[in-house]
Amino acid sequence: MTEHATFDEMWGRDAALRRPYQAIESWFSAEDPARLRRKAREAEDLFRLTGITFNVYGQSEARERLIPFDIVPRVISGREWDRLSRGIEQRVRAINAFLHDIYHRQEILRAGRVPVEAVARNAAFLPQMIGVDPPGGVYTHIVGTDLVRTGEDEFYVLEDNARTPSGVSYMLENRETMLHMFPELFMQTRVRPVSSYPSMLHRSLCACAPSGVSGRPVVGVLTPGSYNSAYYEHSFLADKMGVELVEGHDLRVVDGRLAMRTTQGYRAIDVLYRRVDDDWIDPLNFNPDSALGVPGLMDVYRAGRLTLANAPGTGIADDKAIYSYMPEIVEFYTGEKAILKNVPTWRCAEPEALAYVLDNLSKLVVKEVHGSGGYGMLIGSTASKKEIAAFRDKLKARPGNYIAQPTLALSTVPIFTRAGLAPRHVDLRPFVLVSPEGVSITPGGLTRVALKKGSLVVNSSQGGGTKDTWVLEE
Amino acid sequence: MTTLGKTAGGLYWMFRYLERSENTARMIETGQRIALTRSSDDDQWSSVLRASGTWDGFVAKHGAVGRDAAIDWMLRDADNPSSVLSVVKTARDNARVVRTALTREVWEAVNEAWMTLSAALARRVTDRDLGQVLALIRQRAAFVRGAIHGTMLRNDVYDFCRLGMFAERADCTARILDVKYFVLLPSASAVGSRLDDVQWETILRSVSGVGAYQMRYGQELCPRAIAEFIIHDRAMPRSLAFCAHKLRENLNYIAQDYGARLPAHDLADALNDKLLSRPIGAIFESGLHEFLVDFQTCIGRLSAQIEIDYRFYR
Repeated sequence: MTEHATFDEMWGRDAALRRPYQAIESWFSAEDPARLRRKAREAEDLFRLTGITFNVYGQSEARERLIPFDIVPRVISGREWDRLSRGIEQRVRAINAFLHDIYHRQEILRAGRVPVEAVARNAAFLPQMIGVDPPGGVYTHIVGTDLVRTGEDEFYVLEDNARTPSGVSYMLENRETMLHMFPELFMQTRVRPVSSYPSMLHRSLCACAPSGVSGRPVVGVLTPGSYNSAYYEHSFLADKMGVELVEGHDLRVVDGRLAMRTTQGYRAIDVLYRRVDDDWIDPLNFNPDSALGVPGLMDVYRAGRLTLANAPGTGIADDKAIYSYMPEIVEFYTGEKAILKNVPTWRCAEPEALAYVLDNLSKLVVKEVHGSGGYGMLIGSTASKKEIAAFRDKLKARPGNYIAQPTLALSTVPIFTRAGLAPRHVDLRPFVLVSPEGVSITPGGLTRVALKKGSLVVNSSQGGGTKDTWVLEE
Repeated sequence: MTTLGKTAGGLYWMFRYLERSENTARMIETGQRIALTRSSDDDQWSSVLRASGTWDGFVAKHGAVGRDAAIDWMLRDADNPSSVLSVVKTARDNARVVRTALTREVWEAVNEAWMTLSAALARRVTDRDLGQVLALIRQRAAFVRGAIHGTMLRNDVYDFCRLGMFAERADCTARILDVKYFVLLPSASAVGSRLDDVQWETILRSVSGVGAYQMRYGQELCPRAIAEFIIHDRAMPRSLAFCAHKLRENLNYIAQDYGARLPAHDLADALNDKLLSRPIGAIFESGLHEFLVDFQTCIGRLSAQIEIDYRFYR
């Protein structure tokens, strides 16, 4: 993997224009760079006006930031996408089967395919969910599978994001912005639409309503509040679905049901799309200090009178330690080989693995098992000797807290710079909806791009940007 | 479709604050205008500060009243929760919270108001720029109003916006009158006194009523007619009667919509049918100041009752 040159999604490995990018190439070479620069600024103004901003943790709230947007679309052919989406669907179905199993009979542990201690001693395993049957049998209503590409046919799943994945509003607003700024592009090229995501989400959530709900289920989106970094997305989704956006203090348990305080008294909610982590949703059942949640919510849930999307306890499926068992998990529940690859992973809790990792730190990426957002990780190939030494100490002190993976040669896609097109590393987060009606994947997803030359970190909190992602109609 | 209590409260306050930004701009404009056209002293700015309801805070911070300090305080001081900069920020924060209840046009108008005004008010405003900045504040408020008018459904959400706007406006007009009430009293008016002319003009300008007054009552400024105009004239969009009428009207729409009359409706009725039904002569007789205090108390109680009846906070 590491020995090959980087795969560029526009130019391949040997500077031969790849088919999906033909339209983009001819558009770009005919364009006046000055006009494109103007357009890029226009896009930024549009985002500011819409208010699609985010707050960075640890910075004063004085300044709201925009995630930089790059105007060059990332293109995926229809054939590539169809294969990808088969792989994602297989994986997401396996994850749901795994979650049901792990909170019921634990067959996979009995069969010895996943070691007992990987689950039993895992903080992401929620004992409160043992024996609970989520309405419709769905655990992960919304999944954002993080994929990276390293070659023509090589896609790896980097993370499964089965808790409360974010970013879908960027997928939608990026497309709207491109349609607004470059309508001519969409006249030449048939791109699969993404705009139905909010109505699909609504439909999918309604299909998971608790049994016994008559008529149209009442759906709400639970946000931690307007100071949360993803607040824009929460209000965006509630708005587009035409449902209420609620906070903990709008809610309480009334007559055994979750209810929201309206201008005319309390009204029951059937389905709660919560963008608040497990720990915070119910101070009686989880973190007692939480002011973001609703006392007793978990009791309503366990009584089967409320759908929570995603279900509590799904973190055990996207935990980085469990991740390394995903090929076995997929095979165990689907009876098929995994279509999408897993990145080879060393679990540092295992002495042999730890020894290998310590010997090869400069070639590896080391991540915290429970970390996210690109924080607390080491990228050996770009880290200084000092950083590596410091990380070595942390690793020795708490090996069970880390996993390590080889540095993948992430594919690049061109971005628009002052000097013209320039390749930058990208990843891809497609958004997956699961309901008893089936699995639905919006074509494309969110492409995150490391704007700094050579950088492999695509996280928005660390200088990453986004792109519109096209799946071609073929 | 249901409306969250929090949302109703957010809309109500968002519109109170937007209305306040415009009222404050108008008061500064008036103070400035009088200062430029008449021989006037800093006493003029004391009245303006009192009318804006921020006198106490200003004195606590600055002690003595000066023109520049007064203008800066009202326009952009973060210590003044009613400065234009503060209220536009608060209005925008409220808009973010209630965003799902707003149309895209309204949200963008509020967001743009905040972006434009926080840039325009980032530094102390020079005399040369003052007129332009004040015009910008009023223009941005008008954009929001236009967006509401042109794009929002006429439902309870709209009614809560209007309630906030008219409660704020009623309060503001009453305060403007109360600061200068004594110049309207028959005993105080030395006929044709130049000083009184200035005071009367100040009142009319503060409610954008100079031209309207002339259309209704002619060129001559007469204190009784001014009082009648600002208290009772239902055609005057900033009069007490107009605001009270609109408050009742919007509350009634909600009552129809929800099929329920609540205590706030009785308060709105009393405001219209008892307090404001008194003829101007009777008001003067029993005391204009007392009347204005009563009116402000009624608005305060009505506002508190709306909060309770429509579950803004609990």
